[in-house]
Amino acid sequence: MDLATFWFILLGVLWTGYLVLEGFDFGVGMLLPVLGGKRYAADAEDAEKRRRLLINTIGPVWDGNEVWVLTAGGATFAAFPHWYATLFSGFYLPLLLILVALIVRNLGFEYRHKRPGAVWKARWDQAIFWGSLVPALLWGVALTNIVRGVPIDANMEFTGNLFTLLNPLSLLGGITFVALFLTHGAIFIALKTDGKVRYEARLIAQRVGIVAAVLAVVLLGWIGLTDGKLASWATTVVAAVALLGAIAANRAGREGWAFIGTAVTIAMAVATYFIVLFPNVMPSTTNPAYNLTIENASSTDYTLKVMTIVALIFTPIVLLYQGWTYWVFRKRLTTSVIPDDAPLEPAAR
Amino acid sequence: MDATDLARWQFAITTVYHFLFVPITIGMSLIVAVFHTAWVRTRKPEWLRLAKFFGKLFLINFALGLVTGIVQEFQFGMNWSDYSRFVGDIFGAPLAVEALLAFFLESTFLGLWIFGWGRLPEKLHASTMWIVHIGTVLSAYFILSANSFMQHPVGYTYNPASGRAELTDFFAVLTNKVQLVTFPHVIFAAYMTGAAVIIGVAVYLMRREAKAAATPDELASGDAPMYRKAARIGAVISLVAAIGVIASGDVQGKIMTEVQPMKMAAAEALYESVPEGVGAPFSVLTIGSLDGSAATPIIEIPGLLSFLATGSFDGAVRGINEIKAEYAQTFGASGNPRVADLATAYVPNIPTTYWSFRLMIGLGIAASIIALAVLWTTRKGRTPTGKWLLYAAVAAPLLPVFANSFGWIFTEVGRQPWIVFGLMTTANGVSPSVSMGEVITSMTVFTLLYGALAVVEIKLFLHYVRKGAEPFEQPQDPADRDEDAPLVFAY
Repeated sequence: MDLATFWFILLGVLWTGYLVLEGFDFGVGMLLPVLGGKRYAADAEDAEKRRRLLINTIGPVWDGNEVWVLTAGGATFAAFPHWYATLFSGFYLPLLLILVALIVRNLGFEYRHKRPGAVWKARWDQAIFWGSLVPALLWGVALTNIVRGVPIDANMEFTGNLFTLLNPLSLLGGITFVALFLTHGAIFIALKTDGKVRYEARLIAQRVGIVAAVLAVVLLGWIGLTDGKLASWATTVVAAVALLGAIAANRAGREGWAFIGTAVTIAMAVATYFIVLFPNVMPSTTNPAYNLTIENASSTDYTLKVMTIVALIFTPIVLLYQGWTYWVFRKRLTTSVIPDDAPLEPAAR
Repeated sequence: MDATDLARWQFAITTVYHFLFVPITIGMSLIVAVFHTAWVRTRKPEWLRLAKFFGKLFLINFALGLVTGIVQEFQFGMNWSDYSRFVGDIFGAPLAVEALLAFFLESTFLGLWIFGWGRLPEKLHASTMWIVHIGTVLSAYFILSANSFMQHPVGYTYNPASGRAELTDFFAVLTNKVQLVTFPHVIFAAYMTGAAVIIGVAVYLMRREAKAAATPDELASGDAPMYRKAARIGAVISLVAAIGVIASGDVQGKIMTEVQPMKMAAAEALYESVPEGVGAPFSVLTIGSLDGSAATPIIEIPGLLSFLATGSFDGAVRGINEIKAEYAQTFGASGNPRVADLATAYVPNIPTTYWSFRLMIGLGIAASIIALAVLWTTRKGRTPTGKWLLYAAVAAPLLPVFANSFGWIFTEVGRQPWIVFGLMTTANGVSPSVSMGEVITSMTVFTLLYGALAVVEIKLFLHYVRKGAEPFEQPQDPADRDEDAPLVFAY
């Protein structure tokens, strides 16, 4: 296997890491107004505690989870500069929206609890909700467009516009990502909490999970029927089985297994995308001769070799300490550990 | 104004804004780690209170530095795709390594620090902030290597077949001589800045507590001594770091003269070369257009520019006109559109370079004067309460923050018209497929969003400053911690 192929696979791994980890962060963010809303909360005080509980389930880890996409971006730049250049300049407006969404969402996590006051909190709640929904949707749209192909000319330049990217298949991809992350996030909440919230999260996972399964089968089936290979059908089947297994495990109250199930589903969905894509990295719908491939988009062998050494040494270390963080914070949380709000104003002088 | 100009403005706005927060993060992570370790070592309550108090302020600042940093990584591809294609083989590697080695470290261990109270063993917990600090320094190292390549490309070869610059020696990129002086310069400046935030916040609270105390006994038993100590620590770190900034900046000037002589000439708006033995002066202030025609220096220090550039007070310094003629010969006449610059004839915007260079130095000196004043007026147990402390509290953090901004404005504007010195002009780096409308949209969105976030951040920061340090609370031992006890630093 040449190094460019290795880096193509590694990018698949980085995207898997990102979508599996930040996928449940997005799910938790999207469920904030649901599990922390009127329907489930007893009163306003309970709603506030529930929201803080939900945020605290991902509190210690969301930031580290997000670095996976920064590493994927940096690795694309280093290993496939043309892919990075075409993709980021071509998908300009969706990426702008993703950036804005991530900015307000991340600040929401950090700033929301730092001041009492209903308006302050309600605004950051909006930031967290939209900041989770928008990237979940748009990453789905963007990645599906990469697999589907977009108009690219002989100079490797994207020649479409925003509406080129909003086609039925990629929109289905976006909605499927949202449904998958909602399921994945709900199961994560069930895994990380106890009491009523845990039970309610499982119910939500149950309902949304079915929708996600239908959507995922249609999406991956559609992609498979267009460009499928034997291997991509295999990963599609594994994805479907894992998701059904997750739903069954969730129903049986086996949250750990359910979580593994949705994680495998997301990983296999990414694998399906990358297998279908190979050996292209960004096919052109204008002319197959203009496809960006792992061959013509990649860096030199020397750069890939340097990057491979760095990646082989440090990726396991990152996995170790990130895994350790999950171990440190493995304890389930309940609303009772959420501290009461700090006094409103500084002590009078 | 065309799409290229807009992309440049957007890069300038987003980068300067991002770098308002970065040095504070680097500097404060060190000082919070010091406070936290001091608590673990001495068990004196004030250290724990300071660690938590400045830790919260640190987090408010860190969040904004983090989110604006994501924009930076995306922006190369979004707005500068031709640049990314041309140097991606070289420039992408430090960025990817930065994410893998530094970002993961910072974010993961910051999460451990925030949520680790009463959960991690104390020594381990204090060490997480040290690891965050190491992460910030590593991050600075890799991104500065990438930037140093743009100032002085090394470790590459131009491949005519692929039409791009390609990496031949990664180690050379990481040990670029520009990098080896830029890195300490930036890190010391960051320590100055982080320390200055501590000084500003601490002298404000010291004065407030001291004024509220009715008797000397009340003063001694209150919080004023704690803040006084923090202010003095900040002042000492700031002054030591200032020495590092000056020393590294001095070497930087000489290397800059060697590899980017135009930038040095632009720093002084020196049009005509000054030969060996004469000594080029450094003008502190000038009235006039700086276009080489009728500038009137008000204060001039003889020989200082020669000293900054060469280390000798009568060394030769080349002027803009001579270098311009040379570049027109080397690059302009080469017929290669990638390095041809007809618009500015290889001369950067002189008023910007001239004034930003002076503001960088002047604001840095002013910051050190405040640190000295704080150290002097708090000597031997004194607790000053003069009204000047209020001005000092505001000025202390702002001066180095803006000195940093002007330093970068000088460095980057002084490199123009190049995006990579001698290899590619900035106009050639922009994304061909991105429309004017798209850049206007993104620039407007970022400017408005960043403006609003600045207001939110400053308000929140001041809110926490006014609250002051929380009263001491004996932390729980993680070994016999009640699992249902409330989270300490929860979101």
